[in-house]
Amino acid sequence: MSWVHLMIVLPLLFAVFIPLLYKAFPRIHTGWFVLVVPVLIFGYLATYLPMLANGGTAIYEIPWIPYLDINFTVFVDGLGLIFALIISGIGALVVIYSIYYLSKAREALHNFYVYLMMFMGAMLGVVLSDNMIVLYLFWELTSISSFLLIAYWYQRKQSRFGAQKAMLITVLGGFAMLASIIMIHNITGTFSIREVIAQSDLLVQHDLFLPAMLLLLLGAFTKSAQFPFHIWLPDAMEAPTPISAYLHSATMVKAGIYLVARFTPAFGGTPEWFWIVTFVGLFTLIWGSLNAVKQRDLKALLAFSTISQLGLIMSLLGMGSAALYFNPGDQGVQLHAYAVLAAVFHLINHSTFKGSLFMVVGIVDHETGTRDMRKLGGLMTIMPVSFTLAVIGSLSMAGLPPFNGFISKEMFFTGTLSAASLDIFNMSTYGAIIPVVAWIASVFTFIYSIILVYKTFLGKYQPERLEKKAHEAPLGMLIPPSILGFLVLAIFFFPNVVGDYALKPMVASIIPSAAGVFDDYAISWWHGFEPELFMTMAVVAVGLILFATLNRWIGLYNHMPQWMHLNNWFKHGLSGMERGSHKVIDWHMTGYIRDYLMYIFITIILIVGGSYFLLTDFTLYTENLASISLFEIVLALVLLGSTVLVMATRSRLTAVVSVGVLGYVVALFFIILRAPDLALTQLAIETVSVALYLLCFYHLPKLKGRSEEEGEKFKIGNFIVALGIGSLVTLLALSVNGYNLFEPISVYYGDSYDLAGAANMVNAILADFRGFDTFLEIVVVAIAGLGVYALVRLRLEKRGGTDESQ
Amino acid sequence: MKVNDVILQTVTKIVVFIIFTFAFYLFFAGHHDTGGGFIGGLMAASALVLLYLSYDIDTISKAIPINYRTLIGVGVSVSMLTGLGSILLGFPFLSHTFEYVDFPFFGEIELATSVLFEFGVLFTVVGGTLTIILSISEDV
Repeated sequence: MSWVHLMIVLPLLFAVFIPLLYKAFPRIHTGWFVLVVPVLIFGYLATYLPMLANGGTAIYEIPWIPYLDINFTVFVDGLGLIFALIISGIGALVVIYSIYYLSKAREALHNFYVYLMMFMGAMLGVVLSDNMIVLYLFWELTSISSFLLIAYWYQRKQSRFGAQKAMLITVLGGFAMLASIIMIHNITGTFSIREVIAQSDLLVQHDLFLPAMLLLLLGAFTKSAQFPFHIWLPDAMEAPTPISAYLHSATMVKAGIYLVARFTPAFGGTPEWFWIVTFVGLFTLIWGSLNAVKQRDLKALLAFSTISQLGLIMSLLGMGSAALYFNPGDQGVQLHAYAVLAAVFHLINHSTFKGSLFMVVGIVDHETGTRDMRKLGGLMTIMPVSFTLAVIGSLSMAGLPPFNGFISKEMFFTGTLSAASLDIFNMSTYGAIIPVVAWIASVFTFIYSIILVYKTFLGKYQPERLEKKAHEAPLGMLIPPSILGFLVLAIFFFPNVVGDYALKPMVASIIPSAAGVFDDYAISWWHGFEPELFMTMAVVAVGLILFATLNRWIGLYNHMPQWMHLNNWFKHGLSGMERGSHKVIDWHMTGYIRDYLMYIFITIILIVGGSYFLLTDFTLYTENLASISLFEIVLALVLLGSTVLVMATRSRLTAVVSVGVLGYVVALFFIILRAPDLALTQLAIETVSVALYLLCFYHLPKLKGRSEEEGEKFKIGNFIVALGIGSLVTLLALSVNGYNLFEPISVYYGDSYDLAGAANMVNAILADFRGFDTFLEIVVVAIAGLGVYALVRLRLEKRGGTDESQ
Repeated sequence: MKVNDVILQTVTKIVVFIIFTFAFYLFFAGHHDTGGGFIGGLMAASALVLLYLSYDIDTISKAIPINYRTLIGVGVSVSMLTGLGSILLGFPFLSHTFEYVDFPFFGEIELATSVLFEFGVLFTVVGGTLTIILSISEDV
């Protein structure tokens, strides 16, 4: 257990106390208590920064399930730590913001902060875990907490829909990722990411390389909203704005980026990885920016802009992976690893400017009551601080100086130009597309950034169309976006502080062969009159012209063919699956237990019986059997007699009593065979269950259309199945005696007195050796008890009480 | 329908104590002889069922005011906590230990942590069984 482990579980532990704090201090906004957690985590993790700047890493391990190679290993390196700092840093700002955004009188704050802390812990776990199974667990926990947060206002239909959509898509990717992790484990024999990276050569040459890579990327692309899985992100905007700012722009959607970056040393340097990551990213970049322009809801615009920016970072990671193709020390390493430097720089910059933009949009929504750009306008004089922040964020997003987005956008152009000059991976044929696509996407990025500011803050003020009288937000709500806005400027003027402490360690994690090649490199916003600068100038010129003529061409979007709307695909796919599963379930789930027993027995006969007759021949071993006494013969006859009685009788009560006789006879057999524990348990269980059966069967209604006097008709199908299962079990029991496939484990339990201090071996097994089994068995008893109670009681209460679904 | 079965009720009053004593014995005998938490719990549950059968639910519920659903929770929690105890001391989940302690008057007695675990089993079995039986019989 290390302090870093504690930092990961701290939010999860704290979540337990949030409802108590909420109850105990109703007058203080719960957010103030919660704020301590991210601040503490940020402060502690920041102490690792000097270590990183010197090229160090740290690793701490807690054994969890060692024999399955699953350990809670924390690996602190550049990539993981900077992500963790973004998570806790933005997390702290979001908590402050939420204190003013969510009213303590109206909202269920305890739920909100529990989900938020769950998410924070999970996200820290994702970026700091070295074990892939642990990473997967935290990964799914982020999906679940995101689901809960999107559906926070669950009274709204749109929230529930958005939450379900996000959940379905990201969990689909999560499953694919799990499959990929298992494949990687099969190839390399380890769950540790560091060890997988060390065996990268083996991985790349293996037959399973391509499926493992594709499934892993499916996980990353669904999480990071890459085309065509981006459709969940706009619907996720139903969440409260602090959540959109935190999960759906700064942290969770970057988990996919993190995954790609983390596995680049393992999979990178291959043409498949390069092509898929680069082009999915590029396509998402242009698709997102094209769609963002037509949005009328501010948050929808930001959602598509986030999709587009995530695509940008993704494509840079793809281009940068080419560096792994070259030998360490080669010229190509530095040339292409530069794209990775740009990727991580833009990742940090995006978190700052997009976070502040989301918060500003939240302020606008909070203070005017709408996010519809057709109703907004002219807020500049009313909300001057928000306006300033929006300008800073938007211009940084558009890639203009003096904001941090300008530097990383220039670096992005450099990366695309380097990638276009590649002469490997067939790039000489198609390479020229990359800078062109990047440039077009940047033009549209510029346009929607201008739209965001212009339609909201400039133009005509329309107070009659707003729900509230617009005014500036309270100070507390302005502080978090102001801090981010300040960072946007600070990073522009002092990019090398970020570069030395964050970017270079991150690049070293993603492209190990590039560690140190950027040591003498200083990030600067001025490179002279290079092609990148001309590209930016052209973006501004063309962007301004297109923005001025916006009304003339915006109508083109209406001509988009129906099949290109991916949401329709999702809707039809979902309803189709629902209909399909309805049919399948209605067909076999009849509600009659006799049908279910038939399924179970037929399956057993087919699988067990089938393999029994295919794999072994029946042989009856008699030499090691004990002799049969008269007493046993009598008992067996009683057993047979009561069995026949169960079938022959027409009265339920007689049948129940006969089953009881059966059980007692079995108990007598146990006594003869000298198993007093079993006999005693059997007797007690039989007594209690006969009483229970009598109680139930006495009150059971008569079956429809049948009277007890007529009895059951003979059914040949049932007879065959019963005969089959009966003879199968008998045959199995008889032949088991003849086989000894494994060393009997009972030898181990023989000296239970020495091992557990218990002379009774059976109980030593139950409590000491296999205590976990026993524990789960009592959990089953508990669930059964509560289940019966719920079934019986809730039905009764519903009959008289109110129906919850109304 | 008010049942007034004098013979059954009189016998029950005595027999229940015998069954409880037996259940008590079975529970503690479990470590070295036949018995244990599960069987002890079942035995205690059958004694309680006998009480409910010979009197009626209301009378017994007044005499023994135990909420059996809570008992289930208590049982599972006790078992889980004994398991967690070993984690805190650095052993795997649910590790047990035992020690021989000299008591005045009673002499040397073996104390085992598995007894605590078995207490949880006992509570859960009693709680589960009676929850099922009582909720079904109250449903009528």
